[in-house]
Amino acid sequence: MKKNLGVYICHCGGNISDYVDVEKVRQAIEHEEGVVLAKTTMFACSDSNQKEMVEDIHQYQLDGVIVASCSPKLHLVTFRNVTETAGLNKYTYVHANIREQASWAHSDDKEGATEKAIRLVRAAISKSRYAEALYPNKFEAEKAIAVIGAGMAGMKAALSIAEKNMSVVLIEKENTVGGHVAEWGSLFMTNEKGSELVQRIHNDLLQHENISILTGTEVVSSKGSIGNFTLTLQKKHQPVDNLRETMEINVGSVVIATGFDHYIPQRGEFSYLNNENVISLPDFKKLTDQSTGKTLLYNGKEIHDIAYIYCVGSRQSEGENKYCSRFCCISTIHTAIETKKKFKGIRNFHLHRGIRTYGKQELLYDEALQNGDIFIQFHDDFPPEVSFKNKKTSLKVKDLLFSDKELLLDADLVVLVTGMLPRIDQSIGQLFKLPKGRDNFYNEIHMKLRPVETVIDGITLAGTCQGPKNISESVNSALSAATKAFSSISNGLVETEPIVAEINGNSCVWCGECLKACPFEAIEQKEIDGKIIAVVNKSVCKGCGMCAPVCVPNAIDLIGYSDKEIFSMIDALVQ
Amino acid sequence: MTSFVKKNAKILVFSTEKISDPAIDMAGLLKLHYPPTVYTITVPCSSGIKPNWILHAFEKGFDGVFIAADGTDCVFGESCTEKTGKVVAMTHEKMKQNNLDPARLRMAALCSVCSDAFVRQVRSLNEYLIKTRYSEK
Repeated sequence: MKKNLGVYICHCGGNISDYVDVEKVRQAIEHEEGVVLAKTTMFACSDSNQKEMVEDIHQYQLDGVIVASCSPKLHLVTFRNVTETAGLNKYTYVHANIREQASWAHSDDKEGATEKAIRLVRAAISKSRYAEALYPNKFEAEKAIAVIGAGMAGMKAALSIAEKNMSVVLIEKENTVGGHVAEWGSLFMTNEKGSELVQRIHNDLLQHENISILTGTEVVSSKGSIGNFTLTLQKKHQPVDNLRETMEINVGSVVIATGFDHYIPQRGEFSYLNNENVISLPDFKKLTDQSTGKTLLYNGKEIHDIAYIYCVGSRQSEGENKYCSRFCCISTIHTAIETKKKFKGIRNFHLHRGIRTYGKQELLYDEALQNGDIFIQFHDDFPPEVSFKNKKTSLKVKDLLFSDKELLLDADLVVLVTGMLPRIDQSIGQLFKLPKGRDNFYNEIHMKLRPVETVIDGITLAGTCQGPKNISESVNSALSAATKAFSSISNGLVETEPIVAEINGNSCVWCGECLKACPFEAIEQKEIDGKIIAVVNKSVCKGCGMCAPVCVPNAIDLIGYSDKEIFSMIDALVQ
Repeated sequence: MTSFVKKNAKILVFSTEKISDPAIDMAGLLKLHYPPTVYTITVPCSSGIKPNWILHAFEKGFDGVFIAADGTDCVFGESCTEKTGKVVAMTHEKMKQNNLDPARLRMAALCSVCSDAFVRQVRSLNEYLIKTRYSEK
């Protein structure tokens, strides 16, 4: 148990001290058991205070440090590093959040905020008394990275990693690289075609000595963890004898770039498949890219009036896809502009629910307006109705900006602006046990602070497997994932957080409940001194603690969240 | 100090480091006020909360416990919601055995930006606890 604790209470300028009486907090805790130093400080995170903390740790021979300041999301690592600089184990540092959870949350009640801050600091002191020195697990890492999926994100991630002088294996299930982008014609903001862009990057990949490209290849199993993943690969299209060629590769990290699937409308959704003049956006893009005449023809018929119905399969109020697919407003308007340039007599009617051509792409919207395209906004409760009578396709739509006035429109072609779906084939996610978000795309740890990392150490996300993105957003995400993957193994060693489950072998009676509860297969049955008990594989355990509540004899604690630590905090908070 | 306790019930919140903690922090950032007798203990995942922690909190004097669960956003996987639900069910059983009102323990899934929902939940629990535990005192 710690005996020499130092406590620092931060003013945060006035962010804390305007509402919390920090001196009162200091006086309330200075005589707590084990506290030998209690100070207030204007900015705990300042260089001068950090230096003072290091000096204090030496002078007072502190064995535990608590800083009561802002959210640990901002400065937990800062103060862990300070204590480490002064020679303490960084995991003995304890943080109390008295800004977001006291001064700001209770700025309407200064007395209440101060009382709360006192209890939060007392709870941190209690935890600190029991905080044990922990050591991250360190082991040798394989200096190679696998990128799964050779669409735009996967190709750019692979190239970026290779340029950092690291070996990359780029694995693609299909026989060609480029994903959906390879299918597309000219791309905003250049006139380069999707296929040309893909070819250019593919050439760069082929010339790089650090890159191996495996097309027509699937990942069928994965073993190991960060630093040492063993992936089993299988050639997809093999001769009839069913003897598929397999191979194993060892990598230190994996970038997932498996992309998206297009939303395919249901039969009858806006008359799709019931009316031959209703097609999806990807089909329309193919049609305009492949048509070479001066007039756009579809099924032998001249096309002049085109109606685009937006948000088909996205932003569904009743369906599963609540999210915005982000790329489709931009892609549609770009395609509409290109169609008008390429073919004679085109009139575009955009039936939308609010146009989202953010950033530089607003230029496209402006250009479409200049071109005379008509934009009609409808309410999501009153979607357009498509009918087909006397070989004529008509649309009925209530114009939101004109008090829901009903408009009738004849169209030669109706284009359903379909969005992105998570891959229907979720085998890679299942293989690596990747968590999914509410939108069913793979989930990052934190959308702002750790946007490409997953809870599985060593696995990063690139591109649209994580959620709808346009090409530039996919490339941004891919470069970020590549850098994160590289930095995690670049020095040939990996460190993992020491917070893992711990099993008391004396109490364990092996009932198997912990094994069933563990989502990471980190629990193993083992015979020790003639007794069968559960043991934790520390390199696989993620520290979720799911095994602990199901243990009937209470033999499992999570390091850092043991019963004695939690009980002592509860006791301090309720005082 | 006396009025401080009477006005508000003591509520212990178990929140999660990566999902509900940011929501609770954001409630502070947005100055969405809630009773100052609401205290948070952070854990990695809501499905790792032990029933005996909750019973200990009641035994020591907390009026209510609120689990700010990860829900489907949990970074440790989809099974979190179901497992946290089981923790609550197990604890409710034990509370009944100890003659504790099970409604003193509540759970709701909070995403990392669910600040409003967090404040609504703890205010509602506070009102319930004041009504059931302090209205006649």
